[in-house]
Amino acid sequence: MNLPRTTCLLLLAMPVALVLCLLAGPAGFGLPDTSTLAGRSLLELRLLRVATGFVVGAALALSGCALQAVLRNALAEPYVLGVSSGGSLGAALVIVTGLTQTTPLALPSGAFAVGGLTLLLVCLASGRAGHYAPNTLILVGVVAGSMLSSLLMLVLALASTRAVHSITWWMLGNLQPTSWPLVLTVAALVAVSAALLFSQSHALNALLLGRSTARHLGVETRLVLPLVLGAAALATSAAVSLSGVIGFVGLIVPHALRRLTGANHRHLLPAAALCGGTFLVVCDALARLLFAPREIPVGVVTALTGGPFFLYLLLRNVNGHPPS
Amino acid sequence: MIHLEHIRAAYNGQPVLNDVSLHLGQGERAALVGPNGAGKSSLLRVITGQLPAQGLRRIAGGNSAPLGTKELARRLAVVPQEIPQDIPFEAYEFVLLGRTAYLPRFGGPSPADHAAVKDAMTLTHTWPLRQRPMPAMSGGERQRLALAMALAAQPEILLLDEPTSHLDIRHRMDLMALLLRLHRERQMTLLMVVHDLTLASQFFPRIILLCQGAILADGAPTDVLQPDLLQAAYGCPVNVIPLPDFAATCVLPSVTAL
Repeated sequence: MNLPRTTCLLLLAMPVALVLCLLAGPAGFGLPDTSTLAGRSLLELRLLRVATGFVVGAALALSGCALQAVLRNALAEPYVLGVSSGGSLGAALVIVTGLTQTTPLALPSGAFAVGGLTLLLVCLASGRAGHYAPNTLILVGVVAGSMLSSLLMLVLALASTRAVHSITWWMLGNLQPTSWPLVLTVAALVAVSAALLFSQSHALNALLLGRSTARHLGVETRLVLPLVLGAAALATSAAVSLSGVIGFVGLIVPHALRRLTGANHRHLLPAAALCGGTFLVVCDALARLLFAPREIPVGVVTALTGGPFFLYLLLRNVNGHPPS
Repeated sequence: MIHLEHIRAAYNGQPVLNDVSLHLGQGERAALVGPNGAGKSSLLRVITGQLPAQGLRRIAGGNSAPLGTKELARRLAVVPQEIPQDIPFEAYEFVLLGRTAYLPRFGGPSPADHAAVKDAMTLTHTWPLRQRPMPAMSGGERQRLALAMALAAQPEILLLDEPTSHLDIRHRMDLMALLLRLHRERQMTLLMVVHDLTLASQFFPRIILLCQGAILADGAPTDVLQPDLLQAAYGCPVNVIPLPDFAATCVLPSVTAL
């Protein structure tokens, strides 16, 4: 299969975009002076931030891609199964109990643990109730999400003003540089989940035809569904633990790519990881530059840039193939 | 080869198949008929292994242990009744899905996979459509592509669940002619759920009549399409008109005043 022109363009544009983002800082545009200690540590902070953005964006786009196929729902995104509410509650509990003071790993661990636990329970419940039927999964996910959000409200209502501020800031989602070991740990988790998802790319293609047909085609759905859900959950909770809740990446990147590179998951999954990562890094650079020296939440940028682009793709497609 | 002995199966606690025994030899073709809810689809689901059943089940020479999902998919293909309207593939990629059970975990399709797809699309006259997106296909084209996808697995057995229900008479005849040719050239075993009894009599040397989860009659069309048998199965009076000139039997329900 020959690579379409759009894929080549994307592959060329990605490294350029990543390097440009490395040059972006609140003080302006350009490479810091690497001869000074301050300049070198500034560059390292920016590198860390770009790496954080790339890992988080890749994780969200990958799991969005897989969930849209498994749930056969165009509106599915990584947070649909309650991981964002779970992660937020976990983070809030860590902040309120003051565990953040003990170790910098407390906040990401708390978010990862509660987010992952939520997804595990949602998957187990829907597996029991309806053999992972898409509607059961979505329904259980939404119910779990609302329950956890209410618990979060309760925590917010009882927390001190300072804690409320920290929690709100965390929930807005941000890519503040943390530490290399943390980013590398999350990157390793995301890599594991990416490999698991990629090993199921043929199965994901077959699942687009529905569970029953996929089984006829030789997909052992009873094993594949928990595996794919688990891998998507792992990537999402790892991302949430690092960055909080950043919307839109997991929803629109897979959609946009499906229209650009086709729906075959063997090409779509790697493309989603690369483009999701780059997209979030670029959005983060914009979030730092647009109102410099003030920084705006990166979620605002992902929604305001991704949304119109997505609408453009949607409308372009309608013109290309008029509905019969 | 399909071999079932004393099959019992239940769905949601309700028995749907009651002591069904059936043997379909290699290269045989049969129509499965019966009223709604008789257990036709359940029987197909027992054959594909989706519905757990008590009794002996041997499919495609799986003599000792039952075949795994993947191995079974290479020998037994099911033509999907309906393909999602918005499946975002071109026709070629869609038919390639029929090779899922042959593809390596991380690799792409091999030359053998591409050859099987081309062969299946040529047989079903869909090769010229290969670059067209699936949402742009007509009903008849989708039906032929669904068949092509099933054939791409190069199966020994082909199961079809009412493939003609959405087709007009011309496309219906095209599809049946295609199935007959496949059966003749590839010695495939065919089992097809049919609602149209006249059509069944035209194209199948053997008809299996299922009623309330059991086989009521099994044999040549002239033996199975009997007024008393059909009335017992469907619960409505029917006229059976033999049409020897057309090698068919016309089944016409009697009009009853409401």
